[in-house]
Amino acid sequence: MKKYEKSAREPLFHIAKRDNLATWQSWGIRIASIAAALIVSAVVIVALTGENPIKVYATIIDGAIGTQRRVWNLMQETAILLCISLAVTPAFKMRFWNIGAEGQALIGGLATAVCMMFFGESLPSPLLYILIIVMSMVSAAIWAVIPAIFKALWNTNETLFTLMMNYIAIQLVSYFTSVNAVPKGSGQIGVINSITKAGWFPALAGQSYLINILTVAVLTVLMYIYLRYSKHGYELSVVGESENTARYVGINVKKVIIRTMLFSGAVCGIAGILLVSGTDHTISKDTVAGRGFTAIMVSWLAKFNPLYMVLTSLLIVFLQKGALEISTIFGLNDSFSEIITGIIIFFIIGSEFFINYKIKFSHSHKEVEA
Amino acid sequence: MGTAAIELKNITKTFGKVVANKNVCLTVNRGEILSILGENGSGKTTLMNMISGIYFPDDGQIFIDGKEAVIASPRDAFKYKIGMIHQHFKLVDIFTATENIVLGIDERKYNLKTAQKQIKETCEKYGFEIDFSKKIYEMSVSEKQTVEIVKVLYRGADILILDEPTAVLTPQETRKLFAVLRKMRDDGKAIIIITHKLHEVLEISDRVSVLRKGEYIGTVNTAEATESTLTEMMVGKKITLNIERTEPKNTEERLVVKNISCMSRDGVKLLDDVSFSARSGEILGIAGIAGSGQRELLEAIAGLQHLQSGEIIYNNPNTGEAENIRDKTPMQIRELGVRLSFVPEDRLGMGLVGNMDIVDNMMLRSYRKGHSMFLERKSPKTLANDIIHNLEVVTPSAATPVRRLSGGNVQKVLVGREIASAPTVLMAAYPVRGLDINSSYTIYNLLNEQKENGVAVIFVGEDLDVLTELCDRIMVIGSGKVTGIVNGRTATKEELGLLMIKTNDSEIKSATGGSDK
Repeated sequence: MKKYEKSAREPLFHIAKRDNLATWQSWGIRIASIAAALIVSAVVIVALTGENPIKVYATIIDGAIGTQRRVWNLMQETAILLCISLAVTPAFKMRFWNIGAEGQALIGGLATAVCMMFFGESLPSPLLYILIIVMSMVSAAIWAVIPAIFKALWNTNETLFTLMMNYIAIQLVSYFTSVNAVPKGSGQIGVINSITKAGWFPALAGQSYLINILTVAVLTVLMYIYLRYSKHGYELSVVGESENTARYVGINVKKVIIRTMLFSGAVCGIAGILLVSGTDHTISKDTVAGRGFTAIMVSWLAKFNPLYMVLTSLLIVFLQKGALEISTIFGLNDSFSEIITGIIIFFIIGSEFFINYKIKFSHSHKEVEA
Repeated sequence: MGTAAIELKNITKTFGKVVANKNVCLTVNRGEILSILGENGSGKTTLMNMISGIYFPDDGQIFIDGKEAVIASPRDAFKYKIGMIHQHFKLVDIFTATENIVLGIDERKYNLKTAQKQIKETCEKYGFEIDFSKKIYEMSVSEKQTVEIVKVLYRGADILILDEPTAVLTPQETRKLFAVLRKMRDDGKAIIIITHKLHEVLEISDRVSVLRKGEYIGTVNTAEATESTLTEMMVGKKITLNIERTEPKNTEERLVVKNISCMSRDGVKLLDDVSFSARSGEILGIAGIAGSGQRELLEAIAGLQHLQSGEIIYNNPNTGEAENIRDKTPMQIRELGVRLSFVPEDRLGMGLVGNMDIVDNMMLRSYRKGHSMFLERKSPKTLANDIIHNLEVVTPSAATPVRRLSGGNVQKVLVGREIASAPTVLMAAYPVRGLDINSSYTIYNLLNEQKENGVAVIFVGEDLDVLTELCDRIMVIGSGKVTGIVNGRTATKEELGLLMIKTNDSEIKSATGGSDK
């Protein structure tokens, strides 16, 4: 009688944590999820537009890597996104919810623009580059360390704090561009030093983005080494996993939080340089274009491993580029391509759930493993 | 005596292999207060959770007013008018008391005004004094408890269960609570109270039921019970464990703790004028009811707990110098050359990092070595493999995250690491909790080995049999005070049990609590 009562109350299925999933199994789940995403997207494409999904997919690929110029663009965009993702990674690994990379990179970019505008003519080239690098990294680091200090000393909420710092950064840039607008009143500053090209990254081997790509490639390796093999990297992951353990082994938690955010901000500053000196040669409040937030997704999807982040950032930029292409080729609006991107990313993130958990169905007494 | 409000027959509950309750039988009548007495882990809370619908018994029956009842959820318990006041309050901080009390009640009946009136009547009836428009976060611990009690009364409970209600109260607040409980009893409610404090049991209850290691020992009328008869029921007869114990050699005072005190944020004294010394080549046991200040004491020595007063002197055997390590950070303590190892109670939350592998966990203590910016993983790896081999840790490899290991293996990894740094003082808090017999003996042997190497070992334990067989001296603490330091070879379980629950009444009366009203 009792037994019956109990099983009647048992839920239909329950979720259990998985341990020890072989690498091939987890990759199998990931690949299966991408396949499922493509199938669901195909259904959505046919239902909403009546287009041939295969053609749409071909267009996505064409849009991303169809021509040599597109390949370079793809790599450039990936490099910038990857750079900001690398920047937020130490913070997130420390479980410091830094959603202010947008503002930190923007402040770095602003510092670069200021250096280019006001010292572009007076300083010799090598000095100008040094000034740009130092100023941008320092200002972005300061932008990042302010919430860190408040967090370390008074335990304020870093999520809100870093978010608010974004708006301040955006308004600062708006102010700067409107004061220095060319022509006056346009609210835009146009290309800086368009004739002298002072402070611009030069083209390498005829490719104007090559310096950006190489810089980020080096940065990726350095970040990997920092997180995996340095004492600082070890300390910040202990703090992230358990502050109690950190205190128990004598790690100065406050110091680690402040130091890590200084570092994280400085890397955001590099992203600002790459955007202003290496890409746009100008600044506006949309220079970072939401990458500060996309970067969080890149970092988490790669489980904070910089090497995996190359793949995740590439995937996201690839989808963005492809989505843009289908909206022009098929005359669909932007929202539609974003639906497709959303579905694919949803499935990829969802696959992590099935990698970490298994679902057990319970039919009265039998247990079937899914 | 009235009719049995609630009767338990042969209740059994197991968690995995652990038997939390075995064939427990209990009866509570209306208009009486029943105390449930037992050591830590004797299954009191599990039993109460089954009455309040949080757990479901594996076997046995529950009768309410003579009829068999199935209590499969807290909602069922509510239906049978059973109300439980948990040790950790379950209140919404930003709501007022009234809002908390009506929370979760059928929406159609939700009406703050009439509720307020009813609540007021309840309070007047039993003599609660509280401002019900106050928000929970503004309240003291005792006010919060009052809200919890009124909450269950408002819901019509006439069987009340209180899980260690006095643990967080000052003596004055306790007296107030008892007065209220008596009024409720006289009103015909059935009350079950879980407590460790013997004098409270004698003061408040009509009858006492004793549990020991999940088993039901018996029930006595409080009027016929004395402290010593209850203690004997609680701790039981001595069991021989055959743990090796050598005579201490070349003992020196390694760590001298003088009059340390510390307070919690609420102003409750966690440690109250504690003094003792730990000697090299000796195991000092620390016994006491859980939460009597053991954790704070060890953390104070380890540099993790701020103290209000007192000194902690470390006598360095290499330099012969005496250092005061009070209020120093763990880093500063290490820099003074104090070789202190600490196996904390919370193994995965404090001693180790669950998501890191064994090698990286080995590094926790040693990663700072050297001036290089980079980590050196070679020697931690050797150490990890040594520990896996020597202590027979069952793991797929040294690269397995420690959270995937079983409890015993986690503990071997932790103790292994702490011993590896060749300490002069080794503190271990509940090192065998949750471990099987073999792993437990591995740990005892390791502690004994350290003792023979001249380490001052401090062992916080809960099993009195183990304490009396392993330790050379046993210090007993109760409510943050040292209630006695006895010879481990001659101490009996009854003696320790009495010291554990000893509270000096005159001291209680003079003590002022943290109540700010």
